Amino acid sequence: MQVPAPFDYRRATSVDDAIALLKELGPESRVIAGGHSLLPMMKLRLAAPEHLVDINDLSDLAYVRREGDEIRVGAMTRHRDLLSSTLIAEHFPIVVDAEHVIADPLVRNRGTIGGALCQADPSEDISAVCAALGATCVIQGPRGERVVTMSEFHRGPYETAVEQDELLVEVRLAIRPGAGSAYEKLERRAGDWAVAAAGAALWLEGDTISDGGIALTAVGATEVPSKRAAAALSGKPAGAAAFAEAARIAAEDCEPRDDQRGPADYKRNLAEELTNRALRRAAQRAGATT
Amino acid sequence: MQIDLTINGEPAGAEAEPRTLLVHFLRDTLGLTGTHWGCDTSNCGACCVLLDGEPVKSCTVLAAMADGHDVTTIEGLEKDGVLDPVQEGFIAEHGLQCGFCTPGMILTGRALLDQNPDPSEEEIREAISGQICRCTGYVNIVKAIRWAAEHESAPV
Repeated sequence: MQVPAPFDYRRATSVDDAIALLKELGPESRVIAGGHSLLPMMKLRLAAPEHLVDINDLSDLAYVRREGDEIRVGAMTRHRDLLSSTLIAEHFPIVVDAEHVIADPLVRNRGTIGGALCQADPSEDISAVCAALGATCVIQGPRGERVVTMSEFHRGPYETAVEQDELLVEVRLAIRPGAGSAYEKLERRAGDWAVAAAGAALWLEGDTISDGGIALTAVGATEVPSKRAAAALSGKPAGAAAFAEAARIAAEDCEPRDDQRGPADYKRNLAEELTNRALRRAAQRAGATT
Repeated sequence: MQIDLTINGEPAGAEAEPRTLLVHFLRDTLGLTGTHWGCDTSNCGACCVLLDGEPVKSCTVLAAMADGHDVTTIEGLEKDGVLDPVQEGFIAEHGLQCGFCTPGMILTGRALLDQNPDPSEEEIREAISGQICRCTGYVNIVKAIRWAAEHESAPV
């Protein structure tokens, strides 16, 4: 029987209360949202926080809404609500692609966007999606609020810009003209972690790429997002040559490892192929004619 | 800590350590052993219960997190001796063999039909995709939930 090590449980009643609790309880405290990453780790004793601060009552952090040219997503928005959001589907099909293959419907009923981003699991999908889209993250803490880019937010596996006494409260996705996006994931069976996955976003002016975003997961990407690969897209015609080159660079900037999901060279090949497919589908969605 | 929640429409409560998982709270503390304890790693879905009407894996929810919420277990589906149409469907279509995944499958079927009274085969397969059955090959489970959809409004 897997049971977490003992801990003290507190429920936050507001964002300010959560921040105050984290400050009061100190470095051995952890926030719990959906709990579908943290609890399995606690059951395996890979994590043993002394205090859990449950933020599930913060329903004011569960929303998807448009403000100006941004879609704002509250950190407590569950995966199932991202998947069913018409606003998200209209502007960011990459999110829908990814949400369909994140774990399974039962897990998606609990897991949250904020929890997934803060867990920063190296095989997790939402970080790659947000990085490809150029999302920004709003972090709140005792020193006030700050807005960071995904490159600043995602520092590496299990490490983010959110300090111990801070809370990720919102994710912002900019609505820009000529956009198309897609996510490609290979998994061994329904609900599994990715063998490899790639997210791509394109912004077109006519058939020319004005901007692009690429991010990979599960393949040890050396940067999230893959800036070098995205830079290779800018100014090029949206077509096979540009996509193949960007995909090649994205795969080059990975350090996949051999594991039960496959050997490293296979994963590097997948990284390239999935990036290429995601770019092609993103271009179709952006209305490219080539 | 004291945990008070609504289970199958009735108030229930007990003392439990904060680290108690909902599946063990239901089975060991409250004696509701209809919820099955399977893989313990949130893969198999045997421990599925409805939390505020949504299917969740109770091995990956703390009992403390369910405090103040509504939980439905398989014991709550039968009303005054009348089985839920989804339960009837599992009988009519032979939706089970060993029965280990069955409580969770039935609850997910119930939650699906509450949101979508006329689901396609694909929608049913998607809904149960977080739950593993090693006996049926899923075909009869899908048929059982379809059976319930077709008989839901008619008297069983």
